[in-house]
Amino acid sequence: MISKDVIESHGLTEEEYGRILKILGREPGIVELGIFSVMWSEHCSYKSSRIHLRKFPTKGDRVLQGPGENAGVIDLGDGLAAVFKMESHNHPSFIEPYQGAATGVGGILRDIFTMGARPVAILDSLRFGDINLPRNRYLLSGVVSGIAGYGNCVGIPTVGGEIYFDEIYNNNILVNVFALGIVKKDRIFKGVASGVGNPVIYVGSKTGRDGIHGATMASDVFDESSEAKRPTVQVGDPFTEKLLIEACLEVMNAGLIVGIQDMGAAGLTSSSCEMAGRAGTGIDIHIDRVPMRETGMTPYEVMLSESQERMLIVTEPEKEKEVMEVFHKWDLDAVVIGEVTDTKKIRVINRGDMVADIPIESLTDDAPLYERAISPPPYLDVLHDLDMENLPVPEDLNKVLLTLLSVPTIASKEWVFRQYDHMVRTDTVVVPGSDSAVIRIKGTNKGIAMTADCNSRYCFSDPYTGGAIAVAEAARNIVCAGGEPVGLTDCLNFGNPEKPEIMWQFQQAIEGISAVCRKFNIPVISGNVSFYNETNDLSIYPTPIIGMAGIIEDISKCMTQYFKNDGDVLILLGNNSEEIGQSEYLREIHYKIRGVPPHLDLVLEKKVQDLCLYGIKQGIIKSAHDTSEGGLTIALAECCMRSEDKGNVGASIDLSDDIRPDALLFGETQSRIIITVTPENVKALEDAAKTMNTPVKVIGKVGGERLVIRHKSTTVIDLAVYDMANVWRKAIPGYLGETE
Amino acid sequence: MKFAIIVFPGSNCDHDCYHIVKHVLGRPASFVWHKEKDLTQFDAIILPGGFSYGDYLRTGSIARSSPIMTAVEEFAGRGGLVLGICNGFQILLEAGLLPGAMLRNKSLKFICKDLYLRIDNINTPFTLKYFENQVVKMPIAHAEGNYYVDSETYSHLKKNNQIIFRYSGNDGEINDEVNPNGSIGNIAGICNDRGNVLGMMPHPERCGEQILGGEDGYTLFESMLYYVEKMKNKS
Repeated sequence: MISKDVIESHGLTEEEYGRILKILGREPGIVELGIFSVMWSEHCSYKSSRIHLRKFPTKGDRVLQGPGENAGVIDLGDGLAAVFKMESHNHPSFIEPYQGAATGVGGILRDIFTMGARPVAILDSLRFGDINLPRNRYLLSGVVSGIAGYGNCVGIPTVGGEIYFDEIYNNNILVNVFALGIVKKDRIFKGVASGVGNPVIYVGSKTGRDGIHGATMASDVFDESSEAKRPTVQVGDPFTEKLLIEACLEVMNAGLIVGIQDMGAAGLTSSSCEMAGRAGTGIDIHIDRVPMRETGMTPYEVMLSESQERMLIVTEPEKEKEVMEVFHKWDLDAVVIGEVTDTKKIRVINRGDMVADIPIESLTDDAPLYERAISPPPYLDVLHDLDMENLPVPEDLNKVLLTLLSVPTIASKEWVFRQYDHMVRTDTVVVPGSDSAVIRIKGTNKGIAMTADCNSRYCFSDPYTGGAIAVAEAARNIVCAGGEPVGLTDCLNFGNPEKPEIMWQFQQAIEGISAVCRKFNIPVISGNVSFYNETNDLSIYPTPIIGMAGIIEDISKCMTQYFKNDGDVLILLGNNSEEIGQSEYLREIHYKIRGVPPHLDLVLEKKVQDLCLYGIKQGIIKSAHDTSEGGLTIALAECCMRSEDKGNVGASIDLSDDIRPDALLFGETQSRIIITVTPENVKALEDAAKTMNTPVKVIGKVGGERLVIRHKSTTVIDLAVYDMANVWRKAIPGYLGETE
Repeated sequence: MKFAIIVFPGSNCDHDCYHIVKHVLGRPASFVWHKEKDLTQFDAIILPGGFSYGDYLRTGSIARSSPIMTAVEEFAGRGGLVLGICNGFQILLEAGLLPGAMLRNKSLKFICKDLYLRIDNINTPFTLKYFENQVVKMPIAHAEGNYYVDSETYSHLKKNNQIIFRYSGNDGEINDEVNPNGSIGNIAGICNDRGNVLGMMPHPERCGEQILGGEDGYTLFESMLYYVEKMKNKS
């Protein structure tokens, strides 16, 4: 007899339990209840988000696989394809930062090599609370070491990402990991359990008691008792993962398997159900055959364990022996634990006893689907109200610049990416620090540019525009590296979907993202939703992170943001405008989180990006950097500050816009890219701009050792690049009490 | 000239070494699984970087017991060229083919960055194409590269010109400030008595092409090639 408490502790509503009774025509056993509970959890079923996710444009000429598989696939040409996806590991990382982040990396890598692709790059989007609080510094250090510990060991470079700090994440950090792999177009594998009678093979680590109900934990809000959930965080073993990557790619390249899937959230349960669900078959699992780490584990525990580094493989009976040989060569466990059936059911058998017998459709396609209530939050009017009249322009704008350079969100992230092996595989052409990371594809002339972006304060104030800007900025970053954006993946981090204002944020963000995707013809090929990012009733800012990839046809033309030579001419693509709502400047200097995010004009944005990409492809442009947090001045400073051994370069800029100086210098107006060209090429660029009807303006010259900005002949900024770099580089180590 | 690249479970710079030998240097290279026992058909052995056996127990300590290591020892004993990079260096230390041991980096953190090395001995098969005291740029990527030996062995290494690479400034100066990991005497790479076994923490295979930001590492492979194909033939 299943009691009310048991139902509740499984995160199921009364109504959902009623539905289970109807499906089975009887009371479920405890194993069955566990299976329903994880498969119907928000994390696995997307029950609150599915309706909205359908709005994403997912089709395109290059799309070989859209959402619904382990990861999306984009055609790169030359018979190659890129496989990528982004996923969250927020709650585990808050409870146990090292293991939470490490297993986040491990999980997304498995999604990539499951498709037959060799993972070649990792990016991370991280959100932490106020860096002045010790707990947040501990979380930062732990998460960064966890990503490093796992990524470095498996030998996949962590080439980029982004980090924001804001007290809204004090009790709910975000750890989103993006991974990309390369596969031959005709060697793409899917998570299908087809072929009745085919053996189902379990490979990888043994199953332990870790991570039981991880998916359910990820589908609940947080409070003080969450610390007690530490045992539900899985422990990663990157060494086994490395062996799994090699062994799986080996059996796939040898054409030995039918389908493959990793055991991620909800472990053996979701992998077996999803594989059979996609193939329209059934699956029998002999649970007692699963390799176990400890004795006395119950079928319930084995089905729900989220032990890491495990895969489920379906092969044909005649190939079984060869598959086993490959895994044994790599010293990995490989055991036949079941077979594909025509029952359309998942049946779990323990020493001859049937402990679960559930129609698979009821767990996958027919899982609950909710159209949650939606209403705009009441705080918007107050939030949008920004009184510019009573906002004084600071007298010392140099001081403002130095302050902003030391803000952790803007400061150099060297402390972070030095801990990541970002060079292994010898493909990293643009190392972390520039707009996009760039890797080459050996054996071709091509490269791939990758970026991750989202300004969540914009999304809080206006989720539609915030979502749209995240896509526009990601595309701008790709273009600044000389890439043509070809597809995106998203990680949608939001609060409790049972609250109408959170669902409003969600719906608005999706609309905004979709609008830009359509305009720019960039399909959404994979993604992940993370709801319930809420602690003690306080929700995080809506944070829909966009991970984007672009193709660089000629890798020798790829671009960085850094100024190159004295005498080069600075040109601004786009227009300056008076917008400081929701800017870093407003927050850090005036301590205000007010106003609306900058306006996004999609027509102008597209023109600016097209011109930039054209100029790079023509070989006219020598550096390109978009303006984002901290506006024009921070962007200029970032172009000046090169890596230690390459030295700094100054610049001298003259601006004449009729805009108050603080807004001009630090406002975050969109659709702007700063480029440099040689003096001889100014005309070529201007001619192209005229033809393409894109606003451009010569604003200064590269040279000297200082960044000097004049506004209507008044010098507003005049600082040695060395001094700026010093503040910018030392900020994050300084917060952490480290001198290096 | 034929290179063998040993693959241990957890090696992850094996493909990078293969790439530089095969596609940049243009010489045959083969992956050799750690359970193999024969290296007689090769002219040089590379123990690549990575995390053999996950760095469990101690870096390199499990890999040194792999079956292939007997063949590596024999190969080195016959005067064959053995290059250990990063984890490969750590394995050579554990195997006793080179003296000393590795400690955790002074900062206790993994460090990945480009830095400068001064070449202190160009009279080895691995460095003969460099200039005397040349300063080169190469990346490191490790958490345990803090090389340690007792003072007696250190003096011996120095006297015997076995210190090949030291971390330096871009002007070749050796001091604490440019020491990334706390390594004794800023040591980045050493060779054995005979000069045919080299262990180094920096990654020459990561800086062998202009597109990756530098070609200083290429010279090391070029030196090995020159030694084997030209000098050896003469003798």
